[in-house]
Parts: sequence; C-alpha cells; structure tokens
Amino acid sequence: MSDTYTLYNPTVMEHFMNPRNMGDIQDADGVGEVGAAACGDIMKISLKIKDGKIADARFKTFGCGSAIASSSMATELIKGRTIDEAMSFSNQEVVDALGGLPPVKIHCSVLAEEALKAALEDYVKKHPELAGKKTAEQAVTA
Amino acid sequence: MRHVFLDHQSSTPVLSEVFDAMKPFFTEAFGNPSSLHQHGLRVRDALKTARQQMAALIHAESEEEIFFTSDGTESANLAIKGVAYANERKGKHLVVSATEHPSVIQSVEFLEKQGWTCTRVKVDREGFIDLADLRAAITPQTVLVALHHVNHDIGTIQPVREAGKICAELGVPLYVDCDASAGWLPIDVKEFGAALVSFSPHRFYGPKGVGVLYRNRKARIVSILHGGIQEGGRRAGTENVPAIVGGGVAAEIALKELPARSAHTAALQKRLWDGLKTQIPYIQLNGPVPGPGRICTNLNLSTEFIEGEGQLLLCDMNGIAVASGSSCVSKSLKISHVLGAIGLDHALAQGNIIMSLGKDNTEADIDYTVETFAKIVTKLRGMSPMWDEFQKGIIDSVIAPTGRGKSFSQHAADVSGKAAH
Repeated sequence: MSDTYTLYNPTVMEHFMNPRNMGDIQDADGVGEVGAAACGDIMKISLKIKDGKIADARFKTFGCGSAIASSSMATELIKGRTIDEAMSFSNQEVVDALGGLPPVKIHCSVLAEEALKAALEDYVKKHPELAGKKTAEQAVTA
Repeated sequence: MRHVFLDHQSSTPVLSEVFDAMKPFFTEAFGNPSSLHQHGLRVRDALKTARQQMAALIHAESEEEIFFTSDGTESANLAIKGVAYANERKGKHLVVSATEHPSVIQSVEFLEKQGWTCTRVKVDREGFIDLADLRAAITPQTVLVALHHVNHDIGTIQPVREAGKICAELGVPLYVDCDASAGWLPIDVKEFGAALVSFSPHRFYGPKGVGVLYRNRKARIVSILHGGIQEGGRRAGTENVPAIVGGGVAAEIALKELPARSAHTAALQKRLWDGLKTQIPYIQLNGPVPGPGRICTNLNLSTEFIEGEGQLLLCDMNGIAVASGSSCVSKSLKISHVLGAIGLDHALAQGNIIMSLGKDNTEADIDYTVETFAKIVTKLRGMSPMWDEFQKGIIDSVIAPTGRGKSFSQHAADVSGKAAH
C-alpha cells in the first residue's frame, strides 16, 4: 500500500500517536476521574493551579483513539486559563481543535470536559474559601 | 515496515488462479446464464462446473443442491427466512445458538416481529452449546435449528455432528453456517446431518460478491428475493458469474490444500499465542485453547487495563491488520454479542483483539507481531489510569486477581455513576 488511510483525521491521529500532557501530576491540586456509561471508557485529569490559573494539566485515559486524542487536546487547551474560564470549558472546543470527530465519537470529547470539570470541582472542594469568595463576589455584583 | 495481515476472517486476497479464471467472464464470456443462445449456454456450463466445485468442498451429493447468492449474509437470510416461510403451516418456532452470526440473529429477530418465536440456546464460557439444551429447546412446532460450525469471533467448533443426530431423530432440519470454517476445516454435509449449509468463498481466497447455500433436496425452502426463475426459482436475480466461477476455483484449490493450510495456520496459531502470553502479562485467550475445539486460524484475545480500538489503531500504524470486538470499535458502542454470551467481564471485552491467520503468514510475521504487540500494550498501559490504579491496589485484575482493590466494573460504575452496559 503506497498511501496510508486513517480512521480519524490527521490531527486526531497525531494526538493519538503522540499525545501531549500524558501522565499524572504527583502533587496535583485537583484530580478528576470519570467514566462514560455508554462505552466504558475512563479518563483522569490532574491539574496544578497557580495564582488562580491552570499551570499544568495531565491526563491518563483508558479508551479508544479519539478518547486519547480528546484528552490530549483538552489538556493543551486548558493550560493557562483561570478557574472561572476553565469552568465554562465545552467539549465543542475539543471537537473544533481536533478538526472534528466522527458523530459516534463526540462522547469522547464530552468525557474530556467532564474529567476536567471533575478535577476543578476537586480543587474547589479542597479550597472552600474559593467557593465563598465567589459567592461574595456574586453577592456584590448582584 | 513489515505488513502483516491478521484479519483473514474479514476477507482474503483472491488467488492468481482464481483471478485468471474469472477474467474471461467479464469480457468475452459476458452472457447471461438465463439466455438460450451460445453466450448464455457457455456461461451456464461454467456455473455448473462451479456448482460441482462447491459441492465437492462440502461433500454434497449433487451440484443441484448448490445455490448461489450474493454473500454469506444473503445465504443465512435465505436459509432462515426461506425455511421459516416454507414451513409456516407446520409451526412457527426456531432454535438458534446465542452466538450465531448477526445475519442469523437479525433474520430471526425479523421473523419474531412477524409472530415466530425463537429459543436461543446459551453457550458456556468457551462458547460451546450444551447438546441437552439443544434437544430440550426443540418442540413439535420447531421448523429449523440453526447452529454455526465455527464461531466467527472466538473460533469455537460446535458439536455439529451430534446436533445433526438430534435434529434427525426429532425430524427438524439443521442449518449449519460454515462461513468461518469452509476452506479451513473439513465439511461433510452428510456427516453433519445438515439440511442446509452456507459459506462464502472470499474467506478462502475467492472473490467477494458470491455466497453459497447448500440445500438438501428434502428441505423445503421458498425464495425471499422475487423476480426471475434463477437458481431453480429459489433465488431470483442474475447470477454474479465471474465471482461464481472464481469462487468455484477457490473451492477446488481449498479442498486440495486444506490439510496443508490447516497445519500451517495451526503451527502459527500456537507460535503466536505462546509468544503473546510469554511477552505480555495480564492477557488471556477467549474461547477454547488451540486444538480440536478451536479453529486453527483464530485467536481472540483480551489484554487487560487497555481498550481494543487503541490497540487496533497502533497495530495498523505498525503494519499489522487486526480486528476487535470492543464497544469503541462498534458503531453501536456495544461489545460483541459473542463476548457477552460467554460472560466475559466488560473490562476484558473492552480490551478485545481478534487475530486471524492465513496461508501466507510466516513465522517472521508472527515474531514481528508478538514483538510489536508487546510494545503497543506497554505504550497504552502507560497511558491508562487503570494500569496505574492496578499497580496501586485500587482496582484488581480479572485475569490474575491479587485480592487487592475493587473490580474494574465496580470502579467504572463508581466513576461514571452507571454500569458500563
């Protein structure tokens, strides 16, 4: 065969073959692990937070090529964002940055969003003052 | 990069002898076998030869018992629906095994919506039916028993001869789907006691686009495709002449080379499984051990803590073509129904890979596959939270339990809030 045909587009394949940010953060500030009931995939994201921003993000994924690529891309996209920005992160950003996923694989990007949000919730749970601060700010704005 | 094709259950390359035999039937011998002039008669003669070649492969008495369809799926549809409709007045009950091919299962489900009932005979953990269950499932209303010779997923060889005896005793026709075995294992329709047998030549170096259905003259069947009177009125539609001619030649060669092909693939099957289980921890074989209970071409593997599609993709990027029954590979996001029927743990079904051997695979191919697959497993385990959590004793292995930690399925349910399937 002279040409190589691929199941996914070149960006997805690249992130699957050479995933970015793969691994664990040893002294993570927040860790989230979620599973997809539909297919059985599991994704774990750990975060390092510094000055209210995501300084580092790492993933580990039990799942198909598009699940691995989705977690690789999600961790790339999220680095440098503030916690509030990250809280409104959407799976569509992952899909767009990957140049699209097959319809049956969109749930992989949803899993990445859920893993990230679970990690953020874990961080907020460990820092109750943040939740309080946010409520106070909201109260002021209101 | 080495290219190793280990998906012979999906298809095989056409032999050069087969291709050469087909060529004239695209160009100078283009006639329609239903025509009464020279062009038609010449082609009709070629179809007769192909029928004889197909009959010989399965030891059928006469070529008149061979019908040509478009593929294995159509043959299964014709066998199930054709027999059910023909015997409607006798009864509307069918018996099939739980691990039949989707073309059989879906045909049965279609009939169930129209008032037929069906008993699905369960299988054990290696995929074998229990003959006592089969006997118990047959009722006076049963018009057909369908049992595959070899399972398409896990390679289990069913006790078809014994099933044939039970069916003969109870007076019910037996349909044996030989798609996964024809060309690789000896088939004798009389020994099987089979009223119907189906197979497709593209599984043994013939072309796609032709399926074969053997029907014993005593078995009643009606056409499910309506139109002309081709194939004795049992299958309307112009025959795919080049594919039929090629399929016949493939059958003739397969019959001649069957002992050599079986011995060759059996040796490679052993080398491959021995290599994989030595090189890779926490890997298991699904289905019977290689030997008399399993077809010589198939290995169905579960590699723990990683998922099947990733393994398949990395194999492909390394030149190795394999298949998987993992939910991530299926468009329906469901694991293979065969893996479900043998009660395979979801964690293991997710890590499923199917490797199927052919006559042209070499020992060097196998050694490359073992070496490459071991690297792929290490790479994917390095990315898997499950592997890490297993090392930490949070979850346990299904293949070799340590007694530490919860099950993968429990863990999956905990993190997803719902059971995996």
